[in-house]
Formats: sequence, structure tokens, C-alpha cells
Amino acid sequence: MQRRQLIARAALAACALLATAGAASAQAPDWKKIRIGVEGAYPPFSEVGADGKLKGFEIDLAYALCAEMKAECTLVQQDFDGLIPALQARKVDAIIASVSITDERKKVIAFSNPYYNTPARFTAKADAKFDFSPAGLKGKKIGVQRATIHEKFAAETFKQSEIVRYATQDQAFLDLKSGRVDLTLADLVAADVGFLKTPAGKGFAFVGPSYSDVKYFGVGSGVGMRKADEKTLGKKFNDAIAAVKANGTFKKLNDKYFEYDISAK
Amino acid sequence: MILHGYLPSLLEGAVLTLGVALSSMALAMVLGLLGAMAKLSKFRVAKGIATVYTTLIRGVPDLVLMLLIFFGGQVAVNAIALQMGHEEYIDVNPFVAGVVTIAFIFGAYLTEAFRGAFLAVPPGQREAGLAFGMSPAQVAWRITFPQMFRHALPGLSNNWLVLIKSTAIVSVIGLHDLMTRGSQAAGNTREPFVFYLAVALIYLIFTSVSELVFDQLQKRLSVGVRRHSL
Amino acid sequence: MNLDAIVENFPRYLTGALTTAELLLISLLIGLLIAVPLGVLRTLPIKWLSRTVWVYTYVFRGTPMLVQLFLIYYGLGQFEWMQQSALWPLFSSAWFCACLTFVLNTGAYTTEIVAGAIRALPHGEIEAAKSLGMSRWVMLRRIVLPHALRRALPAYSNEAIFMLHGTALASVVTIMDVTGIARDINATYYIPFEAFITAALFYFAMTLVLVGLFHQAEKRWLKPLMPR
Repeated sequence: MQRRQLIARAALAACALLATAGAASAQAPDWKKIRIGVEGAYPPFSEVGADGKLKGFEIDLAYALCAEMKAECTLVQQDFDGLIPALQARKVDAIIASVSITDERKKVIAFSNPYYNTPARFTAKADAKFDFSPAGLKGKKIGVQRATIHEKFAAETFKQSEIVRYATQDQAFLDLKSGRVDLTLADLVAADVGFLKTPAGKGFAFVGPSYSDVKYFGVGSGVGMRKADEKTLGKKFNDAIAAVKANGTFKKLNDKYFEYDISAK
Repeated sequence: MILHGYLPSLLEGAVLTLGVALSSMALAMVLGLLGAMAKLSKFRVAKGIATVYTTLIRGVPDLVLMLLIFFGGQVAVNAIALQMGHEEYIDVNPFVAGVVTIAFIFGAYLTEAFRGAFLAVPPGQREAGLAFGMSPAQVAWRITFPQMFRHALPGLSNNWLVLIKSTAIVSVIGLHDLMTRGSQAAGNTREPFVFYLAVALIYLIFTSVSELVFDQLQKRLSVGVRRHSL
Repeated sequence: MNLDAIVENFPRYLTGALTTAELLLISLLIGLLIAVPLGVLRTLPIKWLSRTVWVYTYVFRGTPMLVQLFLIYYGLGQFEWMQQSALWPLFSSAWFCACLTFVLNTGAYTTEIVAGAIRALPHGEIEAAKSLGMSRWVMLRRIVLPHALRRALPAYSNEAIFMLHGTALASVVTIMDVTGIARDINATYYIPFEAFITAALFYFAMTLVLVGLFHQAEKRWLKPLMPR
């Protein structure tokens, strides 16, 4: 009898613990506390410095938006291909990680209005000559980051090329530099500031046309959120985005990181 | 500086790795003991569950299990919560998620280690204890467990070493352990060799110290046991 | 449960399984080939030989395979001299780097398994062989290795299963094995549960096959050692 009582009591205690754990971290529906998922591996938008802290354009923007919304934000770092699952699993409430607004993604999550929009371009050795038709790139190795619009575009357009997938864009650049891949398709700004303008990017340059086909590349990057929260959280983010644009905060951040205007028109 | 100022970040990651490893090991030992007792018990249901547990976990790679439990598990936990009418989400802390995942995986391996250890204690010991009038609980606590532990030591030390190295995979689910910090530093500085070498050295220190500790433990617990010489 | 995407992509899983099997076979075969001589060297009374092998096994068993993989793939690839060298065609291939890491890793563990099995041989057998005037080489070939390798079978079967699990790491350096395919599907359709459970089922099936094979091997070669 003693043993059974012990087990019953232990089970009850466990349930109580679980319940309090759930209650303690209950999310207020008025969005006073928001958990935002970020990548931390996509300079200059989001990266981790030597001190272990997150920094970058999107990090600053996230805090600016939260200030506008008068909410307390916690940034949660997550691998890029795990961001949307994390959102669905309610691990985070919003994603600010250069997630482009595409129809494919809109099937699963909702977006705020876009906050920036830049095209995609190939990066390769400066003296390399390529023919950028699907047949012209036959057999060439194209490095892309997993789960991005660039991956989808490359996989569906350049069917005769070998698409090599990486967990982060940084790894793709590493392999571009060492020659394991011939080209990498990435966001113009990320490639420019994150690679070409760094010492590692010497001898490399943009090649080929600029890609901004709405079907693949969407209308820009927006804040991702669960569909159920679109009316409430989405409205708050849209208002905040409009506000930071209007009061010059966005321009200040833009100029801090980039030489050109990346805002979505 | 060779490490470009990332040393503090690496050390922080090392501390976290150690924390995850120790917590997981403690939890895994509890699971392992429970599993071993279930497998050795008379109750078919307990035996069945324990067997399914060890077979499944040992049949699937750590990486896949971690991805499954992390991504899939969160969806499941919250789906169940919603079903039960719990509107707010249950916040699963990443540290907890990592520890629980690793403990769950290694609990299966430790079940086998403890089971072997239990079987290695001569049955006569238990019989003698019962003959002396001790209750089964007393026999377990005073006679079986202490002897079992000595036999479990090699299995425990092997699994501990594997566990510590498995925490490297935890970087895949976003825990900022040593491996993540190393990868970040490597990505930012574009010098992967230096940083992965540093990470490897730190792991080597962990495993070396662990082996020394286990050697000492083995010696202490084997006092009075006659060893055969070749 | 969105199983349509899984059914649609089932052929990809099969290709991934083939890749995994290839990686496993190459690693185990070459690993075993280098481990047997190294294991013998490890047990010889020649201190410096034994120590040298020990350094190899110590380093490769004391560090995570993921770190070893990154070191070989990204770490070595970063150096200009490597990119210009004659070895580059090999090292630029993710496949080669993964196989190299796996071979070195399983080689280290198997070396220790073989060495341990040799050390566990009954002293009397070695004495008898020596008293019969066998040279070290003959003794190794006719007595030590056949007996030790049989004793090593259960431990080696564990190592083989660990290696099967280990091949999942190849997905981290762009190789599309089972895990690589699963991660890709998760990234495309956002169905983690379905994608990874399918992967788990594939690995489970492969583990069962491996366990079955080793069971047969034990029945054939370990009969003398089993209790009647």
C-alpha cells in the first residue's frame, strides 16, 4: 500500500509541477511580452559577436519595433530551417529573420507588411564566366542555404545544376571560397556586406542578373507569425513598422548598416 | 589573439556543455535504473514497455531522435495542451529540452548497462540477505545496489564519455553549447580550423578528466575484490 | 498528419537510404582493415609503437565525431595550400571528407576493441603457442587473431550500430543521406514530425538488418564460446 501511495503522490506532484510551469510562462494575449525568433548567422542582418551577444540590422529593428509597441521582447536564436517549426510549436511568437513573404510560406504562417526588400544575385569568382540559362549552368555546383527562397528558386530553375544545401549562408560562403561550389545564390545585401566586403571575399564578385521574380522571391521580408495571431499581433507589428518608417528610426538603422536604401516600397 | 577574442564565448559554451552533460547523466541514470528494474521485473507490461523503449531508442540515430523530439515533440506537447483546453503555450526551455532529450536517449543505453550489472551480482547474495530476515527493500538497498554499482561502472563510464560527445549534436537544436559557439566564431571569422581545433581540445580535456575520475572510482569501489593477472 | 508529402518523396528517402548504406559499408570495411593491424600494434610489448597508436585512438575517441567532421571538411578546406595541393580533388568532395572522418573514427574504436580482445585471450594459449616454437607472426596468424576477432564480435556489432547512427552526421556537410533528405523535406513542407519519424523508421529497419547479420555471424563463429 505504501508504495502505491508514494507513486500516486509523485504523479500528482509531477502534474502540479507541469501545470505551474505552464501557468508561469502563460502568454498574455495582449502581447505585452513577445518572444521573437532570430537566426544569428546572417550578417549583417543578424549575427553573434565575439561577446556572445546578438547584433545586426534585424536585431536593432526588432528592439525598435518592440519599443514602438511598448512590449517586452525576448530574442530567441534558432537555426533558420527551425524558425517556422518553432513558430508553429509556439516556442516563439514572431520571426524576424529575413523571411521573405512568399505564397508557399503564406500557406503555413502569416506575415506583417514587408520591412525590407532586396533582390538575389549569384556570387562567384570575379573572373568566372557563366551562361546563366538553365542549360548554361549544367553541371555547375550552386550553394544555397536550406529552406530559403534562393534554394527553391535554384532547385526549380537550374534543374541541370547540382544544388548543394547548407545549414547557414556562412557555410555556403566558406565552400565558395574554398572552391567546393562554383556559385552561391543569396540575398544581395547579405552577400555584399556579409562576404564581398570582408577580407574573405577578395577576388569574388556578383555575377549574372538580379533576381526578384515575385513568385519565388516574394515582395520582401516580413515579420512571421502564426495565422491565428494575424489580427492582433500582425496589426501591432504593421503599426510599429509604419511608425519607425515615419519617425526616421528605420532610416537611421538602414544607414548604420547599408549604403543603400533597403526598405520595401 | 589566435581566437579573435572568442575565448570567453567558447568557455561559456563549455560550461553549458558540462551543465547539460551532468544534468542529462543524472536524469539518464534514474531512467536507466527504472528501465533495468522494469526489464528484470515479473510484470510483463513493465518488461514490454522497457523493451520497446530500449529497442526503439537504440535503433535510431541521436541526431534524428534529437530533431524528432525537438521539432516534433514541441508540436505534440502544445497540441496535447490545446486539446486539454490549455490555451496558453507551454514554454519549453531549450536547456530543459536538450537535457530531457539526451537523458531520454541515454536512459535506454543505461538500462542495458544496469541490467547487465544487476545480473552480474551473484543471486546467492540476495538469498543470503533474505535468509537473514531482511525485507526485500533492505536487501535491495544494502546488498544488491552497492555491489551492482561496481559492475555498472565500466558501462557508466563508457556511456558518460559518449554522452559528453553527443552534447555536440545538441547544437543542432539551438542550444548555445560549446559546439554552437565554435561554429558561430568559425562562421564570423571565416577561420573554421582554429575554432574547431579549440573545441576539439576542450572536449579532449573533458574526456581525459572523466577517464581519470572513473579510474579512481573503479579503484575505490574495487577494494577487496581480487583481480586476476594475465 | 500530412502523409502525402512523405509518399510523394518516398523515392528520395530510398536514395538517401542507399547513400547511408554506402557510407556505412565503406567506413566499416576500411575501418576494420586498418584496425586489425593497429590493434595488434597496440598490444605489442614495444612501447613506442603501442604509444603511437594510443595517441591516435585517444584523440579520435576523446572528441566528438561532429567536431572531427567539421575540422576535416571546413577546417582543412580553409587553407590556400590545401586548395592548391594535389589532394584538393579529394578533399573538396563532401563524400570523401565524410568517409575519411568515419573511417578514422571507427578505426580508432575498432582498434581498441581488437586490442582489448587480444589482451583478453587466455594466457595459456599464448604460452602454448610460444612453447611450440611459433614465431610472433605465425602465432598471430594462426592463434591470436582468429580467436581474438571472434571474441570481439559482440563489441564490434555495437560499434557497427553506432557507426550506422553516426552516418546521420553526413547530412551536416551537405550529403543527402536519409537524415539529409528528412531535413530537406522538413524545410520545404514544414512537417517535422512526419519527416523525421519516416527517417527514424528507415534507420530502425537498417539497424534490424545489421543486428540480424551480426546474429548470424555470431551463430557461425562464436559457437565454441557459447554455453551449451
